[in-house]
Amino acid sequence: MNAPVKITPAPVRKSIRVNAPRARAFEVFTTRFGTWWPKTHHIAAAEMKDAVIEPRAGGRWYEKGVDGSECDWGKVLVWEPPSRVVLSWHLNSQFKVDDAVDSEVDVRFIAESADSTRVELEHRLTAVDGEAIRAQVDAPNGWSGLLALYAQSASRG
Amino acid sequence: MAYGIALVALADPTRRRVMEQLRSGPKPVGEIARRIPVSRPAVSQHLKVLKEAGLVREERRGTRHIYEIDPEGLGPLRAWLDRLWDSALAAFKAEAEKSESEGEKQ
Repeated sequence: MNAPVKITPAPVRKSIRVNAPRARAFEVFTTRFGTWWPKTHHIAAAEMKDAVIEPRAGGRWYEKGVDGSECDWGKVLVWEPPSRVVLSWHLNSQFKVDDAVDSEVDVRFIAESADSTRVELEHRLTAVDGEAIRAQVDAPNGWSGLLALYAQSASRG
Repeated sequence: MAYGIALVALADPTRRRVMEQLRSGPKPVGEIARRIPVSRPAVSQHLKVLKEAGLVREERRGTRHIYEIDPEGLGPLRAWLDRLWDSALAAFKAEAEKSESEGEKQ
């Protein structure tokens, strides 16, 4: 009766050209992730000080708060410098590791010339489990953070 | 409210049962109402919420309204991520190009 509802949304795809060599583009995206990721796009309770992608398969992807706390975002699934990195992102308001909305961020770096790189990003939302979402929504610290951010973003138009 | 939020829409147990009825394929309102102990007007109302949340879509066949799971489901979450990556990648590009031109020159 209560079989979970599985929904597979279409992936989000982005492509951008960067005037930098491929190795540089890869390095900035990964090992210097914290230098460019918008600090407003953190969802943990504490203000974000830094965000880190550990440079190896199986590495952590996490956020460091100004108070010293750390919040896991996900893991490094594929580490192939300088051409590809795949990250798992457990999207929930606290970035705690659970399967509420499992997603994968697949980023490819394609050299167009010595100084130009095309970066193709695919964010795949894997199956979404309605039952797990309900538990998240119902939890005291559930989706409020993500939804607040979402509402903020939506209200900007 | 312009945005029906998919996650909140699915928080309602009756709406989840309505969604479950659509897993096996598109169905008219009446058929969904026959399969679960919920009145037809209530089913219509739940479908309306699910539709606004981007989880189901509606097709009219003559006088009948057929509902099915929207393969682009979770539209609002996707839209949010779409904008998130636009701003994040713009920031990434700026940083990658900045670091190339400032310092690091051998």
